[in-house]
Amino acid sequence: MPKPTITSANPLTHRLLVAAAVGIVGLLIVVPLASVFAEAFAEGPAAWWRALAHDPDTRHAIWLSLTVAPIAVAMNTVFGIAAAWLVSRFRFPGRSLLITLFDVPFSVSPVVAGLALVLIFGRQGLLGPTLATLGWKVIFSWPGLVLATTFVTLPLVVRELIPVMEAIGPEEELAAVSLGASGWQVFTRVTLPNIRWALLHGIVLANARAMGEFGAVYVVSGHIAGATDTMPLRVEKLFQEYRTPASMAVASVLAGLALVTLVAKFVIERRLEAEARELEAARSLPDTIVGSGTPPDAGPRTSTQGPTA
Amino acid sequence: MPAHNPILRSPRRRSVLPGFGMSAAITSLMITALVIVPLAVLALRAASLGPTDFLAAAWTPRARAAYAVSLGASLTAAIISSVCGLLVAWVLVRIDFPGRRLLDALVDVPLALPTAVAGLVYSTLYVERGWLGRYLVPLGIHGAYSWLGIVLVLVFVSLPFAIRVVQPVLESLDRDSEEAARMLGASRVQTFLQVIFPAIFPAVLTGFALALARALGEYGSVVFISGNMPFKTEIAPVLIVSRLEEFAYAEATAIAVVLLGMSVSLLVIVNWLQQRVARNSQ
Amino acid sequence: MSIHVRGISKAFGTFQALDNVSLDVPQGTLLALLGPSGSGKTTLLRIIAGLEWPDSGRIEEDGADITDRHARQREVGFVFQHYALFRHMSVFENIAFGLRVRKTPKPEVEAKVNELLHLVRLDGLGGRKPAQLSGGQRQRVALARALAIRPKILLLDEPFGALDAKVRVELRQWLRQLHDEIGMTSVFVTHDQEEAFELADEVVVMNHGRIEQRGTPDEVFEHPATPFVMDFLGNVNLFHGRVEKGQAFWHGIPIDYPDYPHSQARPARVYLRPHELEIARASADQPDRRAASSAAVAGSLPASVLRIARSGAIARVSCRPDGSDTELHVDLPVETARDMSLQPGERVTITPRKVRVFLPDPEYVI
Repeated sequence: MPKPTITSANPLTHRLLVAAAVGIVGLLIVVPLASVFAEAFAEGPAAWWRALAHDPDTRHAIWLSLTVAPIAVAMNTVFGIAAAWLVSRFRFPGRSLLITLFDVPFSVSPVVAGLALVLIFGRQGLLGPTLATLGWKVIFSWPGLVLATTFVTLPLVVRELIPVMEAIGPEEELAAVSLGASGWQVFTRVTLPNIRWALLHGIVLANARAMGEFGAVYVVSGHIAGATDTMPLRVEKLFQEYRTPASMAVASVLAGLALVTLVAKFVIERRLEAEARELEAARSLPDTIVGSGTPPDAGPRTSTQGPTA
Repeated sequence: MPAHNPILRSPRRRSVLPGFGMSAAITSLMITALVIVPLAVLALRAASLGPTDFLAAAWTPRARAAYAVSLGASLTAAIISSVCGLLVAWVLVRIDFPGRRLLDALVDVPLALPTAVAGLVYSTLYVERGWLGRYLVPLGIHGAYSWLGIVLVLVFVSLPFAIRVVQPVLESLDRDSEEAARMLGASRVQTFLQVIFPAIFPAVLTGFALALARALGEYGSVVFISGNMPFKTEIAPVLIVSRLEEFAYAEATAIAVVLLGMSVSLLVIVNWLQQRVARNSQ
Repeated sequence: MSIHVRGISKAFGTFQALDNVSLDVPQGTLLALLGPSGSGKTTLLRIIAGLEWPDSGRIEEDGADITDRHARQREVGFVFQHYALFRHMSVFENIAFGLRVRKTPKPEVEAKVNELLHLVRLDGLGGRKPAQLSGGQRQRVALARALAIRPKILLLDEPFGALDAKVRVELRQWLRQLHDEIGMTSVFVTHDQEEAFELADEVVVMNHGRIEQRGTPDEVFEHPATPFVMDFLGNVNLFHGRVEKGQAFWHGIPIDYPDYPHSQARPARVYLRPHELEIARASADQPDRRAASSAAVAGSLPASVLRIARSGAIARVSCRPDGSDTELHVDLPVETARDMSLQPGERVTITPRKVRVFLPDPEYVI
């Protein structure tokens, strides 16, 4: 983030504004976050550990979350790369409609999404009888959790990739093609290294959302303890059973995960900013340093930044 | 020489860059399976009810109350988020103070923190013995198991959208026109209202729309804090879930379609407003 | 390898980028596609490279139809306008890319890349990233990368466009040498006529998706085929005169123009290049207007000097012909100008050594 140019307002107004902003963020975000850890560790780390490790249903919920989220994120990664490649590298009829569709999961309530899945895969659903004869279970089972989680996180990877791929442009890939590279070679050697930070950013965001998703998962899971409860669902169940300290313990793990996500996001965003600057520098083609004699301008460059003139 | 018809020569239609077929296949498969088919099934299921049954399911007094709570709390939360978001974005962009970067990072917490955790924590904070409730409840302010509680968590989940949309626009704002206005004798308030605000208003509206969309659909945090009292603190998503738990699929579907219609039409309205604002500022 | 472009057309939406273009590039030629932006020159280059598909027409190499051959199989070396270097690879890996995707054995790749690094005079810079290079160095990496696959044709899109003036001139000469050493058929796109004329064996001037003129730099410069070429080459005095009965008239001075034998007068455009005009001080005994018009009969035009400006080795005299609002520029060697020591306001006569007349093309609008 760029450094602000300080406006010459009177310092009192400034202080009041800063105090208001800190107050808003503090009250709405910091206090709740701090209280998760305070409540979770209120009875000491041992109690915290007991709540997590000695409850088989909680253990299962942690394991289930750690399974479902990566599968959903993997599906999203494949989708995100394919969709971003499609809309940033090709022009075709229906392209802008498709881009609008990518964002639909953001404006659909997760509960509604879950309900739609139930209507398709549930026992009375469209495919219910078929699934029953096959003996497959989607709703009240992990495939349903994966589908619901994939739905709510669907836009996250693709939205990170499209602007970056548009900014980079297709020239490097075209160069690779003209040098004889196959599609897979173009992707792995040229595209992927160029988009890796944006991809990672999307994956981190999608993972955070996937681990924390509640509404859609709640509807399709049937919240069967020890079977289809993910960590957020376990938080709710423990809370409903008036086991708030245990609930807080699980919540603190999720909150810790969120903090890790934020740190990762912060680091990745700095890399992304650096890459964007590099891209701009590459486009501006500095030529201020010219070596003497032939070869023209072969002298070592002391600066990789833009033109100094 | 044979006729040269480019259309018949299939290789010409190929794209130079590879992967069109594969990426189109993956994208359309996923979008169809995950977005189009589920929403279509939802719509068809609702349509199969017929108008009378649909109204009977979707327009019960309890459902109407739930829509009102959803809409009222979401609008209130989106407005609060937009105002607070503008203030926080302004401070982050315009004022240098110690801890600015930390504050900037903290803004993203609601995006990463599971909403269930937020709901849980908020409800414990604002109950009578909670960290904040112990001061507020004696004053008659009930932040848990109340309409206010719903608004509080909705502000929490929607605040980052309001901030993150306005922030880059504020950063890219042309400072010259501001300085020109100041030199022409405009007061700070006048400068803000007449020069800055019109420039950032489309972004504020976008942030409002995103915050509203997020708030309308929110379930995880609200279910903890609202108390879910029918007619008072029951939001539409909660009603959908309780209908589902009664295996009343038709009613759940009808309410879901109304909720979907609400968020879609709100987005359309805000989009239209945005275009009008954009056109006027040209 | 020779290239034959046969009746290529290409439209982007409603924009006709190329309109039935045909062009032969003989083996070993260095050819320039010259034209303003939007003239279709880059599109033509990309179609030859296989980076765009034509809507109709064919591309042949040594008589073999390669129209449907994918860019991957064309074995054409392409240097992109902004070089399109792989940002995440070192210079060495950039150059090695084409060899690696062909599964060339490692020692061979190493030898070849080092040879190319030497050829483009970047010895020792193989470990750098493109961002650590100057514009001219990047350009040469792009060239080495294109040459690594031993292409039969080298295509360059505005190869010097992004470089500053000094580097541009140096690299131009260097590229010409390199072309002569390798003897490959090369085509480059430019909007800079100086670049095209200095570097190329042949120049193709393009406009609105068509070829306006093709010829050696001398031919194009000395005998611009169309008003567009004349205008595009620039640095020219343009006047509106008329043609009638095999003669064109410019300020009353008749010029032979046998292309228009008709008796009906038509407006025409008269082009005079500043360096193809002679200027002489009007003799003192012809002070008035009537005397001046008698000079006009002798093929010269009376005018008065407005100002004199020096630019490099040339002095530019701006004059106003009598009875005209348009300024006329005359270029003189600085020495001549010094000897004449003309002053603003002085009376002179101007005699064209060469005049070009074009009837207005109904399709051609400035």
